[in-house]
Amino acid sequence: MKTVSPFLELDDAPTVAVTFDGRTLDLPEGANLAAALLAAGEGVFRRTPVSGAPRGPFCMMGACFDCLVEIDGIVRQACMIEVTEGLQIARPHEAGAEDDT
Amino acid sequence: MTRDLVVIGAGPAGMAAAATAAEAGLSVALLDEQKRPGGQIYRDVDRAMVRRGAILGADFAHGAGLTAGLRHDRIKHLAGAVVWAIEEGFRVSYTQDGKGAQVSGARVLLATGALERPMPVPGWTMPGVMTAGAAQILLKQSGVVPRRAVLVGSGPLIYLIAAQMVRAGTPPLALVETQTRGDMMGAMRHLGGALRGFWTLAKGLKLLAEITRARVPRHTGATQIAIEGADRAEAITFHAAGRAHRIVCDTVLLHHGVVPNTQAARSLGVTHRWNTAQQCFLPQVDDWGATDVPGLMIAGDGAGIGGATVAEIAGRLAALHAACETGHLTREQRDARAGSLHRALDKDRAIRPFLDAAYPPFAQALAPADATIVCRCEEVTAGTIRAHAGLGCTGPNQAKAFGRAGMGPCQGRYCGLTVTGILAQANGQTPDETGYYRIRPPLKPVTLGELAAMDNPGQDAAE
Repeated sequence: MKTVSPFLELDDAPTVAVTFDGRTLDLPEGANLAAALLAAGEGVFRRTPVSGAPRGPFCMMGACFDCLVEIDGIVRQACMIEVTEGLQIARPHEAGAEDDT
Repeated sequence: MTRDLVVIGAGPAGMAAAATAAEAGLSVALLDEQKRPGGQIYRDVDRAMVRRGAILGADFAHGAGLTAGLRHDRIKHLAGAVVWAIEEGFRVSYTQDGKGAQVSGARVLLATGALERPMPVPGWTMPGVMTAGAAQILLKQSGVVPRRAVLVGSGPLIYLIAAQMVRAGTPPLALVETQTRGDMMGAMRHLGGALRGFWTLAKGLKLLAEITRARVPRHTGATQIAIEGADRAEAITFHAAGRAHRIVCDTVLLHHGVVPNTQAARSLGVTHRWNTAQQCFLPQVDDWGATDVPGLMIAGDGAGIGGATVAEIAGRLAALHAACETGHLTREQRDARAGSLHRALDKDRAIRPFLDAAYPPFAQALAPADATIVCRCEEVTAGTIRAHAGLGCTGPNQAKAFGRAGMGPCQGRYCGLTVTGILAQANGQTPDETGYYRIRPPLKPVTLGELAAMDNPGQDAAE
């Protein structure tokens, strides 16, 4: 089922293909990764290592560390990364996360 | 690299300081985490103005003048530079493009701005719940606006965002405001100051008119705020006007003021004191922004919340002070140029007491219910912190050892003030007596790969 995005996108930019959690998404090239994932309808970026609770972007300014994703084996803040072609994004702290990269 | 002045943060204070210092003859390094200057208030202003200037408004456009001021031979703008350590003397370590690097300078200006005041309410950790500031950043930088959102809390920023959402064609479903009529009555004793800041007040009323015209429902005096949902926010519940309310929504935007981002200042040992009016700790600075750490200055919201205009002026004052200390300006030249700036600062600060009193923080988020998570990273509840106090825990640093609060990746940025508040109340002590987390580098995560790629590995050997 395709997720209906809770966000409206004002810009119409050329997109590139990335993978998130094994699925292919077309995101605007050069966009803020956290913003682009939200606009694509992806709300849950990761689950906490403590209780497995879902988390997504909270502050969008690099302070809260809730939007952590794993790229090339390194856990990084999605709100501090720009979308580039072929980006392989996995959910960190999840069983099998390494298999996706 | 060595510069006369190292400025950290390219928001209004940092940009104004860099330009003023460079004009006075100082060599400046300006470091900022973002790829493009502006800070959060003028986030990505040069691109955003072209794409959606009409939505963002004239105050936002002002930021373009500040970014233009950075085009100066003596300013080295290190964009996308994440600072993770500042050592006295000073040596600033940062990561840029996946590589570690350092810049040295006898003077450092921290222009690290503000963070949203943490607003722990039940359900605030769920996806779909964000700060109101996050929504503004999404709009400014990315042109992404929530479709079915409720704005929750208090303060003028809520009206600005609501009005911008109206202009973007997706008005919020409702404003759930926590301030009461009593707060506004109490604020009236600061009306003199508010009238000196008449233009700010007039702008606020204009925003409210825009929101009313769009028929966005407003609830005030809201209490018992909670967010419902399974894997993400699905509805918000609260009490207002004597009855329970429930609004189904996709996004909840929280805001009850902003507080200084003190991480860098605390890591350098600057003295901080509790400020009752602003309900947060403030680094102690003089009229020029100088701290009790020699050579270290702080300007802008990081030194106390004043907003973008105040930050810009404070940045210029700090730069003039640095220029005087380095012999680029005489004391007389500095004071001559600073006179009108000090007067402008007083005028722009005049409205703060009114705003602080009219839009106080949400009381039930300052002292959350036992079951509410306060430390988002380690998922520690308010009740657990209170239990720590019962076992003899007197301060936030001890709380780390008791139950890991503040030890996650955000390093206490979104729980520090709450934990101090809960412990102070439980122990019958003041926030100053209770204290705050000890902040140590790395201020942001740094990988071994980034360290290994450090561009001047010989520096230590040469010392």
